[in-house]
Amino acid sequence: MADQIQLRVNGKTVSVTAGTVVAAAVAQAGQTRFRRSVQGEARGPLCGMGICMECRVTINGQAHGRSCQTLCQEAMEVRTDE
Amino acid sequence: MNETRLRFEVVVVGAGPAGLAAACAAAENGCRTALVDDTPWLGGQIWRGQQAHPANPKAARWVERFRRAKASLLDQCTVLGPADRRTLLAEHPDGPRQIEWERLILAAGARELFLPFPGWTLPGNFGPGGLQSLAKHGWPVAGKRIVLAGSGPLLLAVGGGLRKMGASIVSINEQAPLSRLISFATGLLAWPAKLAQAARLKWTLRGTPFRCGVWPVGAEGGEQLRAVTLSDGRRQWMEACDLLACGFGLVPNVELPLALGCQLDDEFVRVDPWQASSVAGVYAAGELTGIGGADAALVEGEIAGLAASGKEEAARRLMARRAAWRRFGADLGAAFALREEVARLAAAETVVCRCEDVRFDRMKSFAGWRDAKLQTRCGMGSCQGRVCGAAARVLFGWGMESVRPPVLPARVESLCADFLTDQSPVRK
Ligand SMILES: Cc1cc2nc3c(=O)[nH]c(=O)nc-3n(C[C@H](O)[C@H](O)[C@H](O)COP(=O)(O)OP(=O)(O)OC[C@H]3O[C@@H](n4cnc5c(N)ncnc54)[C@H](O)[C@@H]3O)c2cc1C
Ligand code: FES
Repeated sequence: MADQIQLRVNGKTVSVTAGTVVAAAVAQAGQTRFRRSVQGEARGPLCGMGICMECRVTINGQAHGRSCQTLCQEAMEVRTDE
Repeated sequence: MNETRLRFEVVVVGAGPAGLAAACAAAENGCRTALVDDTPWLGGQIWRGQQAHPANPKAARWVERFRRAKASLLDQCTVLGPADRRTLLAEHPDGPRQIEWERLILAAGARELFLPFPGWTLPGNFGPGGLQSLAKHGWPVAGKRIVLAGSGPLLLAVGGGLRKMGASIVSINEQAPLSRLISFATGLLAWPAKLAQAARLKWTLRGTPFRCGVWPVGAEGGEQLRAVTLSDGRRQWMEACDLLACGFGLVPNVELPLALGCQLDDEFVRVDPWQASSVAGVYAAGELTGIGGADAALVEGEIAGLAASGKEEAARRLMARRAAWRRFGADLGAAFALREEVARLAAAETVVCRCEDVRFDRMKSFAGWRDAKLQTRCGMGSCQGRVCGAAARVLFGWGMESVRPPVLPARVESLCADFLTDQSPVRK
């Protein structure tokens, strides 16, 4: 049985298996919009490989983290739309 | 500041098949070698995650061979650009790194080509390879209705993979006409391993519509994609789905080679028979030099690693195999060449540059990339033109004119680490 990791996405606790990226935890939390574009459009991950920057979220208070390239860690605090 | 300076004889950038093979060859031949990659895993785009859960025997063999070769692995380390002639500046979560090299092997791979169409910016639209990577790392796809569209062998591979993860594949839509794919498939008879792979995929995807000569013309949804409109050039129809995976093939990540001054041939890094680029001591291998798949990348990487270690004879023995894989790559390119309709999908108000929300009609009024950038900020946002620059090449025929370091967005402290020469090598 793979290890479970607990983290919070916009205050909601999600439990994911080890090896899950933050973007996937956001999706598992039911959140489809990751950020708003400069003109306010809803955006979410596109490339899944760290180049498009559409998946940026705030991770442990640090803004603009690429959620598709960041592995979930215990007790991480993730916020979208910032 | 926690700044670390490291020195190696051979530095390899990119831990995909090309970089793994290059690092193994160099380290096994006695060179002090480092393999640098921006992800936390080995294997690049195709084998990512295999380290933790080895499912692909070939990937497992290469990862094991890499362990035995005793090269240093610098993972989660993003190369930003050249600090000076023989030093790379990189960023690691613990702080900046300066990495000195005597020979440098670039194996930064490729990314997917995204072409704008109305609705392509909606959450729920991914690159096929991108969605596959995310799904391998926990993105929920089980029970989701997924439409695949765009072009290339990746559509089928990803469709098969997602279906195995429990997704319901609504349809797979390839823009290339059936006639071209038939001649490509006939050519596959010369590649038994590829043919077997194709047959397995066909079995996994039985019952899923696979259409040729069909492309997406729009995506619907408010804040989340709900449906996609497809066209075969004569009629249009809508298919409801939860996710769309749409990509039009691969484009090489040439930003770092350009920042180092390497010359390109068309869009790829120019290399000689030893995989050496136009810059002394700098080699390139894998998708940077042409889109040919993982096997081409492996043999090119091995040749580069051997050449960088002074083992020309051993490298020469691999050249026939490389030539065969390059032929395969050329056939692939011809079969999946883009039809002109897909370069004309954007409407006047469609966003082309997603970082700065620059729309199609604004961009098309300029003569070239440089003017458009100066006037609209297109390509100057956080992806630095990686998405819209590649699209603009197809939409408007604009070439990438120059690259300024950093080649990937850096945290401020890495940039403050002394240097960052502001040179702008111009593309020949
Ligand atoms: C998203 C995606 C998914 C794919 N999925 C498949 C698949 O399922 N099956 C298949 O047959 N083929 C797939 N391909 C094609 C496959 O990538 C190639 O056939 C093959 O892996 C190319 O190998 P490579 O070593 O040249 O590059 P890659 O495998 O792309 O490896 C390049 C590596 O370099 C790293 N890198 C790039 N720039 C930097 C930098 N500045 N600093 C540090 N590291 C850097 C990247 O993170 C990556 O790990 C996929 C391609 C993409 C883009
Ligand atoms: S999805 Fe493109 S950078 Fe994360």
